[in-house]
Amino acid sequence: MRSNAISLINNIGYPRLIIASFLLLLLIMAFVLEMDMPDLFSSVLIRTAMNGILVLAMVPSIKAGLGPNFALPIGIVCGLVGAVVSIEMGYQGFAGFFSALAIAIPLAILAGIIYGYLLNKVKGQEMTVGTYAGFSIASGMCIFWLLAPLYSPKMIWPYGGAGLRVTITLDGIFDKVLNNFLSFEIFGMWVPTGLILFWIICSLLVKMFARSKTGLAMQAAGSNPGFARSSGINVNQTRIIGNTISTVLGAIGILVYAQSYGFLQLYTAPLFMAFPAVAAILIGGASINKATITHVFIGTFLFQSLLVVAMPVTNLIIQGNMAEIARIIIGNGMILYALTRSVGSE
Amino acid sequence: MMMNEGIKLSEDKGLKVNETNRIKDRLFKILQRNIVPIIFTITCLFGMMMANIPIPFLLTSIFTRIFRNSFMVLSLIIPVMAGMGLNFGIVLGAMAGQMALVAITHWEITGGLGLFVAFIITTPIALFFGWLAGIILNKARGREMITSLILGFFANGLYQLFFLYFMGTIIPIKNKTLMLSTGVGVRNTVDLKAIKYALDRAFTGIIDFNGWLKGIAEMIFGQITFMPYVPLATFLLIILLCLGLKFFTKTKMGQEFRSVGQNNHISEIMGINVEKTRILSVVISTVLAGWAQLIFLQNIGTLNTYGSHVQVGLFAVAALLIGGASVTRATIGQALLGTVLFHTLFIIAPLTGQVLLGDPQVGEYFRVFAAYGVIGVALGLHAWQKQREIRDKLKSD
Repeated sequence: MRSNAISLINNIGYPRLIIASFLLLLLIMAFVLEMDMPDLFSSVLIRTAMNGILVLAMVPSIKAGLGPNFALPIGIVCGLVGAVVSIEMGYQGFAGFFSALAIAIPLAILAGIIYGYLLNKVKGQEMTVGTYAGFSIASGMCIFWLLAPLYSPKMIWPYGGAGLRVTITLDGIFDKVLNNFLSFEIFGMWVPTGLILFWIICSLLVKMFARSKTGLAMQAAGSNPGFARSSGINVNQTRIIGNTISTVLGAIGILVYAQSYGFLQLYTAPLFMAFPAVAAILIGGASINKATITHVFIGTFLFQSLLVVAMPVTNLIIQGNMAEIARIIIGNGMILYALTRSVGSE
Repeated sequence: MMMNEGIKLSEDKGLKVNETNRIKDRLFKILQRNIVPIIFTITCLFGMMMANIPIPFLLTSIFTRIFRNSFMVLSLIIPVMAGMGLNFGIVLGAMAGQMALVAITHWEITGGLGLFVAFIITTPIALFFGWLAGIILNKARGREMITSLILGFFANGLYQLFFLYFMGTIIPIKNKTLMLSTGVGVRNTVDLKAIKYALDRAFTGIIDFNGWLKGIAEMIFGQITFMPYVPLATFLLIILLCLGLKFFTKTKMGQEFRSVGQNNHISEIMGINVEKTRILSVVISTVLAGWAQLIFLQNIGTLNTYGSHVQVGLFAVAALLIGGASVTRATIGQALLGTVLFHTLFIIAPLTGQVLLGDPQVGEYFRVFAAYGVIGVALGLHAWQKQREIRDKLKSD
């Protein structure tokens, strides 16, 4: 009985257990403090689903043996370019959202392939190189946002000043198109059906790909490159495929995030967006060389709901915004834990 | 006889051709090894010419920044020697320094004594942080750099928690000038007027060093109109550190560090305690970084409680790499050259951006891009080389 309990705990993993019980504690506190529970739950639902695809982007890259995709800003920047071009062309609503996707995805495929070639040259150091590749692309794009030949009044500064705005309001463009699609209210809780559906569809597509012949080859190459090579799999190619899918999901992810958030954040905003996504999947139980869709769902839910619930609760108890600090400590602590736990490929 | 001479002549010629080839090869190698500093020197010169920056202004700013920053860049050398790569964890050292500065501001210890006390307080805190960081990095062998980077972010979270929520609640603070108006949490900016230039101008009343420098310069160049200020004590401290590092590499311990950096396994067999050596390298680096942050902040004169330390790792690492260092090899010369080049870029980039594209913002973004980019490229090149070495080894086996 006791050994069963221990093996159950080991299965779930201590970090997940601690975070889940902390979340439960916060929820009980929220209930005791008589907060608007349905409202809290619908925030949890929205935050989880809107971050979900960015977290999902980690799966193909981990499966292909590249580790968590710390270069996610590359995909994110592609998504943002798609969005600003779509706004410039004047599309609105679903047309705006899907035209942004249509522009962003080819860009992300191209960027993913080029960056994938680069990653094949730096095997074993993908995470470190990826972090700085992401940083430098995101900061290099700052120059693009400043000099881009885009003139839509929705995006440039109203009273002069060069370049695009730091945050672009999506109100009247494609603000919450997915969130509002087929949304309904139940027990006072608002359910963003379209957003959740979109997340599930993307997850299913990734799952279907993982089951396909290419997907299986990719996983084989990721878990044991030597063995895969000897059975005739082109490891370099599967690594590029994994990275490309991850980059594309990053581009889709930021558009889904932006439409739910209501703002497009340019300039330095994409710089640190990879870290919460990496933290989420690790909290879900993934390691730097193993990840599944289930990890995405559990991890995103735990991490995001913790942040959503922590903010109002701590605000009532302590002055000031603890949630931001909690995010930094929990997120980076989780990445640190994963990095020190499994011994690397060396 | 004639034939013999003919042969001899042609041999001579052949030798000469070989000689020139060898010189060419060597020149090419030197060029290749120093390609990064060369590119950045050209970029800086180009920027300077484009923006037409007045030399006095440029020299004065560069001098200030060299004395402010080179200690921090030098603190990165020892972990590189021990094979830990670029220690982004120097952020922890900077935090230790800032904690000490908050402490002396609280106790209202001013001037040279204040700074001295700050050095004394920083040391044990940085020792402790460095020890913790070393233990963590030992558990992440082969990915020390990403781990030290994330460790810096994580520590920053704890630092904010400590300064924003523990100060004034768990740790009672009597000095109200330090605190936010609510009484909980330290202010965003702490005025360090009390210790400003405490080190830079420590000898000002005693020796007229800059006067002498001016005299010497005038003897060489004739009449001069300006002279960049050299903070004597800081200057001496940096020289002392350089000599110390140089001496350290010659000691037995220094050799052990080197050997650990080259091969963990062989060092273990040789009887070196690899784990301990690696921890020690991080500890030394963290303590040096703590002192470096004190040197930096006594020059700046205000502490940005939640911001001064954040970019420390990025800027120091970028400077070292721009100087031509790599993940496995960093020298004192590279650290100093890198500091000069990086900060020259920092000063001229906005001005050049203004001239070339009509917007100083472009230059500002460019220098951040260059900092991140040079780190990314250096890390990438290192990993690529390593991969090629492994492949060559496999082939030769």
